[in-house]
Parts: sequence; structure tokens; C-alpha cells
Amino acid sequence: MKIVVCIKQVPDTKGGVQFNPDGTLNRAAMLTIMNPDDKAGLEAALRIKDATGAEVTALTMGLPKADDVLREAMAMGADKGILVTDRVLGGADTWATSTTIAGALRNIDYDMIITGRQAIDGDTAQVGPQIAEHLGIPVISYAEDIKVEGDSVIVKRQYEDRYHEVKAKMPVLVTALSELNEPRYMTPGGIFDAYDNGEVTVWGRADLKDVDDSDLGLKGSPTKIAKASDKVRKGAGEKVTLDPQESVEYIMSKLTEKHVI
Amino acid sequence: MGLEEYKGVFTFAQQVDGELGSIAFELIGKGKELADDLGTEVTAVLLGSNIRGLADQLAEYGADHVIVVDDPKLETYRTEPYAQALAGVINEYKPEIMLVGATAIGRDLGPTVSARVKTGLTADCTSLEIGQFPLNAAPENAKQNQLLMTRPAFGGNTIATIACPDNRPQMATVRPGVMLKRERQVGAKADIIDFKPDLTENNKYVEILNIVKDVKETVNIADAKILVSGGRGVGSAENFKLLDDLAEAIGGTVSCSRAVVDAGWKPKDLQVGQTGQTVRPNVYFAIGISGAIQHTAGMEESDIIIAINKDETAPIFDVADYGIVGDLNKIVPALTEALKNHAN
Repeated sequence: MKIVVCIKQVPDTKGGVQFNPDGTLNRAAMLTIMNPDDKAGLEAALRIKDATGAEVTALTMGLPKADDVLREAMAMGADKGILVTDRVLGGADTWATSTTIAGALRNIDYDMIITGRQAIDGDTAQVGPQIAEHLGIPVISYAEDIKVEGDSVIVKRQYEDRYHEVKAKMPVLVTALSELNEPRYMTPGGIFDAYDNGEVTVWGRADLKDVDDSDLGLKGSPTKIAKASDKVRKGAGEKVTLDPQESVEYIMSKLTEKHVI
Repeated sequence: MGLEEYKGVFTFAQQVDGELGSIAFELIGKGKELADDLGTEVTAVLLGSNIRGLADQLAEYGADHVIVVDDPKLETYRTEPYAQALAGVINEYKPEIMLVGATAIGRDLGPTVSARVKTGLTADCTSLEIGQFPLNAAPENAKQNQLLMTRPAFGGNTIATIACPDNRPQMATVRPGVMLKRERQVGAKADIIDFKPDLTENNKYVEILNIVKDVKETVNIADAKILVSGGRGVGSAENFKLLDDLAEAIGGTVSCSRAVVDAGWKPKDLQVGQTGQTVRPNVYFAIGISGAIQHTAGMEESDIIIAINKDETAPIFDVADYGIVGDLNKIVPALTEALKNHAN
């Protein structure tokens, strides 16, 4: 069985958010990581590999430096990596990203494609379902558990107040939640192997199958950014340091003033 | 594509088990505002099985028209056939705007349908308005009457406004709890249209083996007018008693930060923030909450924010209207007493 896991290299927004003195986001100072939902998806694929001997390919689209995230995936246990990178693919929204990745996937055999539910930089959760739509295969989003049974997968699909146990015939695309598992660490031997012997195939625009130029990159993106800004935080109000009784009187006076009580 | 053929604001009226969610009414509320700006009307799209009776509720919350697709195949949500149904509605009725809730259903249905009808989709919007694109061009050089969709990204650290100038419909998923419902007009009627799209089974139909509902008692913190929210600084699950008492005295509901859920002190459905719920109560007490950006992203729209924290450098004070530097263990019980005395 062949599994392709789509992963993204993202700035680490959790904990390590850095600001410039003017309050804007300091992107250059932020570390990059493998997107957490994608990492859980990779772990799920590796567990299937451990159990059944499946072949696991990690695929990413990004700048040439995204090679690092593929090496990390191989150091965890992925068999090979595919890097889709080309200037003309830059500036893509979720439509143009999904047409690109679908164009790459048409070159390879797969029984299951796993993507993370969403990336922590964009938080859209759109690329996974859109890839499935372009490839004409079923999508099961928000997976809390993935099992393979014969030629089908059985997925625990999360909703706000319930889950569905869903069965689909392969090929299928599943989007993974980080709650799915606790991803394994890279092994030291795995890291050396990934960098010394790991196989990363690099594809550009010419390698994408059955995709029009008009569906790629910034030009092929239906959505356009009208304005982007680092969030201007609401100004601080009053801050007081008082003894407990005075603090209570202070709060009570504000609640009265604002007609809460 | 003749963009001018596309008219009207459509909203997806999400129902589960024959019950409409609040998001269905929130989208109509926002959709109506947008429709007024465009001089058009709002149409709710209701998909399901035996759900035609829900159309009146949609009318009472402001829908001018309701398109109903009632089919046994739509009994329980599955990407396909719901995508067939919604894409069918879009292809037949050609709305200029299509709004879907950013729920566990909408964030699956939205991307699938947008890819199928080949248009853009902006995720998890927190503000929608009608304007020109590009924003700063002279009016004669800009496209007018565009949907401008604003959303947070980078874990709430940045905001972007997005347009979809050359494709229709302009599609957005909208964060639950952010848009306002209209006041219910009991007895209001909408024009109801029954529509039968092609729901032929294909390879994308999955089989639902089992449905397991979480039986836990659900408190909807998004509906609370007053939230008494605790963080790591509360110290223990037992110490949340102080917050329970305060909540009871002021008529509020207890919620919490992510750290509290991670520590196992409170369940996930009480969590406020980027990975929890977005809330905008009249009063938000942030007690022992440091105020990481992932938390403030979910509560900073609250009308009045009162923070109590012993660390005077805690970032929560940057968003609080009233910040008190002090010991919550002393202040909270005394405040509860004062409120009780005030009530008597």
C-alpha cells in the first residue's frame, strides 16, 4: 500500500511569537517547524507502515529550503520526499495550492493521501478537501483515528459534539487532527540517513500533470489580498494596584458605572 | 463567465438532527446587511431530510427566500452528497455571495464546493463588508460592490482583508459567534423554493458505520452574557470553586484558558481562545490568565474586560479595560461577598 503525506513548513506561532518594537510581527526571528496537524498525519502513516509495511512518501510545496521538512519526515521514517518548488507557483491561495499539489499527485500511485486539517500560519483547513475534489476522490476531514481494513479505511471523523465512524474505499484523502496521536521523534541514525542517503525528488511547474497555467500561483488565485496588517491590539485600559478591599470597591464601582449591576 | 449574472446573498442554513444551529441565523443576520448594501435579498439554503418545516424559522430570522433540498440521502452530513446539493444550488441560482459557517461541517463543505464551482473561498472570516477592490484605487479604476472578507491568520497575530474580484460566487466561511442574529420576527414568512439537484451516488459517497454523541452536559459559553474565566493562576481544579461562586453571585458562566484544559481542571468545551471558542460577552473576567495571544484572540471583542493577575507585566493587561494587580485568592471571594451584599 502507498501513502502520501502532504506536509508544510510553517513559522512556529505557538509560544515563539516575536514582535518588532513597533508591534508588528517579526517573521525573520521565528523558527520554522513541521505543521503540527501534518506531523500527526505523518505519524498516522508511519504507524500504518509499521503494521503493514506501507510505503510512505512525504510531499511538500514551498521554497527550496522546505527540503528541511522533508528530511525531518524521512528521519522520522518516511521512505522518500517530493519537493514541489517553482517561482511561478508563489503567492498561491488555497485554490492554486490545491491545483498544484493535485498536479504533482497525478504523477504518482497512492492508496491514501493524508494532509493535516489546517496549517497554523493560514488556519484555513481548505487545501486538503480541495485536493480531493481536484483528484475526484472522497475526503474525510478532521480524523481522530485512521484504520486500514482491506481495501477501505475507517476513520473517526470529529464534529463539535460527536464523532462519526466513516468507511471509505481507497483511494481516499484524510485530513488529520493533531489529537490523532503523539508523533515520534527523529532518531539520530535517521537524521544522518535522511541527509546522507534520503531521496528527495524536486519538481517544478513542468512536472505538474493536467494543470493549466491559469490555475497556478498568484495569477491563478481567485482570492486576492486587499489589505494585510499585523493586528493592532486593542489599547490597554486602566491598571491599578490596590489592596484586596480597595480592589473590590474599584471593580464594584466599574460594574455600577457600566450598569452591569 | 458573466459575473453580472450572479445575484443575491445566499447563506447555508446548517442543521443537525433536524435542529438549526445558531450559526444559521447569524449568517442570515449578516447576509441581510450585505444584501441591503447591494440592494438585493438574502436566501437561506436548507439541506437535509424531512427538514422543510425549519424554513419558517429561517424566515423569522430574516431570510427573504429559502431554498430547500429535502432528500433522504441528506439525512446525516457527508461531504458528498451535501457538496452535490450545495454546488447544484449555486449552479442553478447563481448567487453573488455564498456564506457558510466555519463549523466542522462548513469547513469541509465550503472548500469542496468552492473547488467544484471553481471560485475562491476565504476561511473563518470575522468581518464582512461591501466595498471596492482595490481598496485605495480611484473609484473609476476599481471594481465596486465587492465582498471584502476579513480574517485573522498566523494564530491571530495578523489580519488580512481578502477579495474575490473575478470569480462568483464570492465565498466565505464565517466564524461562529461573531456575526449578530436579527431579532426574531415571529410569524414572518419567506418564499420557499423546493429544489431537486442531481444526487447520483458516486465513488465519493462514504458509509457511516456509527454515530457517537458526546453525552456530556454542554454549557455554551458563547451564549453567556458574563463570563468568569480562569487560567493557570487559579492553581488547581478545587480552587475554581472561587470562580464558581463569583459566577453564581453575578449571574455568569465559568470558562477557562487552554492551560486549564491541558491540566485537566476543566473540559474543553469551556475553553476560550484560538483553539477553543470565540466569545464576546458583555463582561469578561480574566482571572489568573496571563493573556497569551492565542487566548486574547478569542475574547478581545468582549465589551468590558476585567483582569485580575498578580503579575503586573501579564499581557492580559494590554487588552483589559480594567486591570487589577493583586492576589485572586483574596480579591475574588471578597468580590463575591460584595456582590451578594449588593443584591440584598
